Amino acid sequence: MSELHGMGLVELAAGLKARRFSSVEVTEAHLARIERAQGELNAFISVTREQALAQARAADAALAAGRGGALAGIPIAHKDIFCTQGVRTTCGSRMLENFVSPYDATVVQKLQAAGAVMVGKTNMDEFAMGSSNETSYYGPVRNPWDPKLVPGGSSGGSAAAVAARLVPGATATDTGGSIRQPAALCGITGLKPTYGRVSRYGMVAFASSLDQGGVLTVSAADAALMLGEMAGFDPRDSTSVDTPVPDYQAQLRQPLTGLKVGLLKEFFDKGLDADNEQRVRDALRVYEGLGAKLTEVSLPNLPLSVPVYYVVAPAECSSNLARFDGVRFGHRCDKPRDLMDLYCRSRGEGFGAEVKRRIMTGTYVLSAGYYDAYYLKAQRVRALINADFVRAFQQVDVLIGPTTPTPAFALGAKTADPITMYLNDIYTIGANLAGLPAISVPCGLVRGLPVGLQIVGPHFAEARVLSVAHALQQVTDWHRRVPEGWA
Amino acid sequence: MSGAGRETAWETVIGLEIHAQLATQSKIFSGSATTYGAAPNAQANLVDLGYPGVLPVLNAAAVRMAVKLGLALDAKIAARSVFARKNYFYPDLPKGYQISQYELPIVAQGQLTIVLEDGTYKRIGVTRAHLEEDAGKSLHEGLPGVTGIDLNRAGTPLVEIVSEPEMRSAREAVAYMKKMHTLVRYLEICDGNMQEGSFRCDANVSVRRVGETKFGTRAEIKNLNSFRFVERAINYEVQRQIELLESGGKVVQETRLYDPDKGETRSMRSKEEANDYRYFPDPDLLPVELDTAFIESVRAELPELPDARSARLAGQYGLSAYDAGVLTASRELADYYEETVRLAPQDPKLAANWVMGELSAALNRDNLAVDSGRLPAARLAGLLTRITDQTISGKIAKEVFEAMWADGASADEIISARGLKQITDTSAIERVIDEVMAKSPAQLADYRAGKDKLFGFFVGQVMKATGGKANPAQLNELLRRKLGGG
Repeated sequence: MSELHGMGLVELAAGLKARRFSSVEVTEAHLARIERAQGELNAFISVTREQALAQARAADAALAAGRGGALAGIPIAHKDIFCTQGVRTTCGSRMLENFVSPYDATVVQKLQAAGAVMVGKTNMDEFAMGSSNETSYYGPVRNPWDPKLVPGGSSGGSAAAVAARLVPGATATDTGGSIRQPAALCGITGLKPTYGRVSRYGMVAFASSLDQGGVLTVSAADAALMLGEMAGFDPRDSTSVDTPVPDYQAQLRQPLTGLKVGLLKEFFDKGLDADNEQRVRDALRVYEGLGAKLTEVSLPNLPLSVPVYYVVAPAECSSNLARFDGVRFGHRCDKPRDLMDLYCRSRGEGFGAEVKRRIMTGTYVLSAGYYDAYYLKAQRVRALINADFVRAFQQVDVLIGPTTPTPAFALGAKTADPITMYLNDIYTIGANLAGLPAISVPCGLVRGLPVGLQIVGPHFAEARVLSVAHALQQVTDWHRRVPEGWA
Repeated sequence: MSGAGRETAWETVIGLEIHAQLATQSKIFSGSATTYGAAPNAQANLVDLGYPGVLPVLNAAAVRMAVKLGLALDAKIAARSVFARKNYFYPDLPKGYQISQYELPIVAQGQLTIVLEDGTYKRIGVTRAHLEEDAGKSLHEGLPGVTGIDLNRAGTPLVEIVSEPEMRSAREAVAYMKKMHTLVRYLEICDGNMQEGSFRCDANVSVRRVGETKFGTRAEIKNLNSFRFVERAINYEVQRQIELLESGGKVVQETRLYDPDKGETRSMRSKEEANDYRYFPDPDLLPVELDTAFIESVRAELPELPDARSARLAGQYGLSAYDAGVLTASRELADYYEETVRLAPQDPKLAANWVMGELSAALNRDNLAVDSGRLPAARLAGLLTRITDQTISGKIAKEVFEAMWADGASADEIISARGLKQITDTSAIERVIDEVMAKSPAQLADYRAGKDKLFGFFVGQVMKATGGKANPAQLNELLRRKLGGG
């Protein structure tokens, strides 16, 4: 028997169902790793040991009775952006340092209903605003591949936890690349589903038209299992889509013969690290070998994604974060003199610098006299980018390119200049603007660090995206590589 | 008074923004109840409180009601309307934004016809009507040093109905508001309770010199919740602006508040202090897309509307336009009238006079609604039947009515118990006339000498002697003949 902590979700599910080991054993093993790793990685904001063991015992009882859902007894972690009843939900912010949600997010509910055991809440960039996990009020997360490096963000805690095998899977959210970029930088698999595939109810909002919950796992097969339990229409989220959830696991083994793969021309630009590019091209050759046909595809408006995103996302965030005013929940300043003082100090103290920067940017672009020039124009360009993708998917089945321009960078390397930080999401933002499903899978090492391959599909083509990722993972083992010291 | 000169020199321009609370069971974006008067925050769930992670879900009933209103206003129903966020900070606004509609409202370009004092009609354009959520309330009473927040009202569905600036006097504005009030109650989309704030308005008021084509600078008077306040506030504001302009001053664009105790408006905030609301489409809600089939299904549910009903009543029952208008001002009053006429069909005009006269006066006096059940239509019809079949005179009927109002008996019971049946026996009336003539020789002589006015004296004497029960028409005829020496 391999070590409990090294198994993926599919393997664990099979072992638990066969009663080869118990959920309490699996949960204990992971909790122990989490506790040991906390000082070095800082991947968790809250660890829910007692609650997890209680859930594990319940799962064992269910499994012994021949019941239990698809994830029965499997420990997972939630990004601390998902509301969890009775467990603190900080969103990486001082603003919510003591916020205990009175309700569970739909995603949390669904995974719990499937039998998953929540072991804790993972660290993240404050309100999911960041690409390095350095904006967290709870300190940066470190990359298990090298603790001097960032794990990426904003789902850095979830990504580091899966990469270091602290949990076999974790939830995450992706607004501009917050699942895929840390997946690439940590050498794991990260899937952002189609906008509307997973309910946003109970997910603290950053930019509502872009936010989408997804998964971070070791393999595409694990992602298929976990997504299947999370996805689906939610009457409490008007933007969730009422379309059936396919059996993603059953559709994993689709042959790639004749698959039309589009190489995103705009992604192979001068900003892309040469070695990183080489690993991506290696993976493309693997696909050719599996029968896929490669063609270069151009999305002329795609290079505008970053400026469009940094208008739309801050605009929505400036409004979404207005509710944190010190009146009903969250941080309240000490002894406010009057209403204005309550607002200014509560928000001034509760939010960090990056969040403030985005609130100010967003407030500006929505202001009278600037709305047309910024917000409206950005939405028009967004429509053009969307149209580019629609055209591309008339020619190809999936689009493939790098997930990030470079492997993980050093802590502090980009904090001084927000623009260089923002450019780290240059390849991921397009899928958010167009609401498309996209996955990042490990495709090799550059200077000893993992890099990611990004596969983007048409709306609701998660099954296709997963099967393309799975095919690569059947013939390569990049996703099985564990950072040194964490095996 | 110099005012006479002023009024001819200045023209008033008024536009109204009416807020009507929609009579849905639950809030516009959450499942909380909308009942008025619950304990503070008892009707505010996590969505109403704007908790992190919660999302709005549109209440379909509110959409249906807005479409009903739009159809009744002969307006365009948008095939696609969009909810927008109106961003501002206020403690009773939990999310820091109000969900409203901005560029693409659900209803646009409607109209409402009002009747002016001279009986002519005036069409007032309705620019738009849009759906939005109400905010909560700040509480100060009994909370020294702190402000309480009650979010029961937060998320209550409102329809904001914006008129064109086409009213030219406070009276016109009140007529428009009353007409809209009637309409929303006919449609059963709003309970119209102005005291509870279910129906209120903001008035945009400006003045300009007669003949001027450009509008003057306007002031917006907020939150007027009675017809009387609307009239007084506008009249005060018009005078204030005229005096300001005539003394060389300028009207500033600002928001003002009406103080009903002092009878004046005062400045709340100027345009410079006004919020920049940073409207943008709410990404949490999909655009509302309505197809023709849906709109037609709502149209099929529309009741007979006030104007159509008024015209029908006038034609069907031979009523004046004015009377028909009064009777149809509320759906309940019109229902009562028509029920009365159905049961006492002999004289619809008489029924109209009784409903608008005695009945309305009694209801007002006791502060009762027409559908309160105090005097069901069937009982009034019973009384009217006794008038038309000449069992009692109109005068006696008033006495019977008061008795019916007081104790709930039927007209027939009261007539028989009190012996109020009219005397229609010619010989009996003649006998009384003879007695009266015998007792009043001087008056008789004067009358016969040409003092026609004394006719009334004899009528009075006979009525007095019969306890008012003599049939008036018969009495007149017999008396005229006898006094004339016949």
